[in-house]
Amino acid sequence: MLYSMKMMREMEHRIEKLYRQGKIVGGVFFGRGQEAISTGSAILTEAEDAVCPCHRDLAAFLIRGMEPWVIFAHYLGRRDGPTRGRDGNTHMGSLKHRIISYISSMAAIVPVANGVAFSFQYRKQPNVVLCYFGDGATSRGEWHEAMNYGAVFKLPIVYLCNNNKYAYSTPTQRQMAVAHITDRASGYGMPCRRVDGNDVLAVYEATQEAILQARSGGGPTLIECETFRMSGHSAHDGAEYVPKELFEEWAGKCPIARFEKVLRERGLLTAEEIARMYERIAEEIEQAVQRAEESPFPDAGELLDGVFADSQAKNPQAAASPAKGN
Amino acid sequence: MAERTYLEAIREGIWEEMERDGDVFLLGEDIGAYGGAFKVTAGMLEHFGERRIIDTPLAENAFLGAAIGAAIMGLRPIVELQFADFITTAYDQIVNYAAKARYRWGAGVPMVIRGPSGGGVHGGPFHSNNPEMPFVHTPGLKVVVPASAYDAKGLIKAAIRDPDPVLYFEHKLLYRRIKEEIPAGDYVVPLGQARIARVGRDVSVITYGAMVFVALEAAEVLAKEGIEAEVIDLRCLVPLDEEAVLASVRKTSRVILLHEDTMQGGFAGELAGRIAEKAFESLDAPLMRIASPDCPVPFSAPLEEAFLPNAKDVIEAARSLKAY
Ligand SMILES: Cc1ncc(C[n+]2csc(CCOP(=O)(O)OP(=O)(O)O)c2C)c(N)n1
Repeated sequence: MLYSMKMMREMEHRIEKLYRQGKIVGGVFFGRGQEAISTGSAILTEAEDAVCPCHRDLAAFLIRGMEPWVIFAHYLGRRDGPTRGRDGNTHMGSLKHRIISYISSMAAIVPVANGVAFSFQYRKQPNVVLCYFGDGATSRGEWHEAMNYGAVFKLPIVYLCNNNKYAYSTPTQRQMAVAHITDRASGYGMPCRRVDGNDVLAVYEATQEAILQARSGGGPTLIECETFRMSGHSAHDGAEYVPKELFEEWAGKCPIARFEKVLRERGLLTAEEIARMYERIAEEIEQAVQRAEESPFPDAGELLDGVFADSQAKNPQAAASPAKGN
Repeated sequence: MAERTYLEAIREGIWEEMERDGDVFLLGEDIGAYGGAFKVTAGMLEHFGERRIIDTPLAENAFLGAAIGAAIMGLRPIVELQFADFITTAYDQIVNYAAKARYRWGAGVPMVIRGPSGGGVHGGPFHSNNPEMPFVHTPGLKVVVPASAYDAKGLIKAAIRDPDPVLYFEHKLLYRRIKEEIPAGDYVVPLGQARIARVGRDVSVITYGAMVFVALEAAEVLAKEGIEAEVIDLRCLVPLDEEAVLASVRKTSRVILLHEDTMQGGFAGELAGRIAEKAFESLDAPLMRIASPDCPVPFSAPLEEAFLPNAKDVIEAARSLKAY
């Protein structure tokens, strides 16, 4: 888990650097300070489970096996990314990794994630879906419809909300009149848990319980992970609207530093071992960036491929699809 | 062969596909015990059970999204919209999720979204719409508009087997009004093949849905005046059988583009563009569009009557084209 969190943090630093160099274009979002949420939950998934990560959940992609160089290739708009340059930032999906891509419309993924969970239920497979979203997304009608739907059908899904206190520049109290995201759960007859989202073990423990319940037919749980967005909304945003003291306060709660401390105190890793792990991460990232930059840009001749199935032959993603006849 | 109404033909097509493929299932409001607002799914719950005939909460985003997720995982959902008008409430799921998933990340979404569209039954502004155009305009979606019982069955089967999201707009006026002998067993009408509903040489009426019958009614009258109208039933708007359209235009050199949907931004404009580009030389007269005027579908009988295109409109247009 320390590896995943640190890998996510450092990859995002590297992505930011590539963005400032003008090599990555478009919108770029970071989950800085929120690494414990995707890490402490996705780590619990089994091979046939599925995840629906959002834009601050990079560790979920890594844990599901998407390689760092492929992710960099995606950000760089290259051919070897999972969308072959058709989409950018964290809009990555890969059926073979059971990563179901979210889309920009906040909360639109939640009904779709329900459908993935439904497919497990329909086929009597003992699998679960982890579905991620932010606090702002919970204001949308699609979110409310999907919560209700998931609860009515007792779908095998866990809803994970990162409450990072802001949706773009809008603070949570402008987003909802209830104090906590979990206050919404009773409206759907759904169990909920509120945890310290900067404590990877707390996220792990709550998700474990929710997965157990979902797998055994007990239906969904809404987990609220209290955290803070340690960056602007996206790389272009200086977050001047966030009081400095809040950044200072939350800097002291860094999930990575906290977990390092736990591991050292329990004698599970020494400071040297951690340092060596971080060196390895730095090396892996440099190699990944290099490999990604060697990946070609897509050919303009591919522009129309894959709008429909009959023109998708050339897209290797088609082979990874579990859908019959695709 | 068996005599079937348009509605029965749809039901039979779905029924046979569900027997053929255990991955096909139905989602929608009141489709189980009640059999759907128009009874398209009557008897299905008893036969296929609750696992496959699923009554959902009143939440179009939730059940359309669920269908999308299930389709991505390889199931073959059919979603019933109680009225096609309400498709607007789940526009985002269809246009931003379903339509773009294959292009973005190779995830096929083999699903059918079907429901009753169209006016003529005093349904008023929220139960009479022809909502096809926003979806015609969205790359990644197919749009099917059956006009006969034979096509209703053959096209729903093709739609269910199709690897991409298909919108299948039934015309509620036709549900019980038309009855035909259709093959009892399995047959498919491939998506993207238009049908010549009546052969003629003087003027082409290119249309779809319930307006096919308006065109045929007009053609009867015109024939008595010596004007032979050819009626092209498009069957599908996407994929479009452009060749069939152009062939008819080249043959008759006079064209009426007819639909029940409103004029501005309607499919006739798309057809006009293609004909002007590809068959301009063949035209002996200007193109004529006949469509509903640009207002919501009104409730009261005289208003709705004035709103909907009718045979008289087509007859007058054909006469003026002939005289041009
Ligand atoms: C439906 C919709 N409206 C507006 C936007 C623009 N937008 C992108 S992210 C965002 C804020 C999201 O906040 P939240 O859900 O709390 O997630 P966070 O970014 O804080 O993790 C907004 C308004 C969008 N993507 N989708």
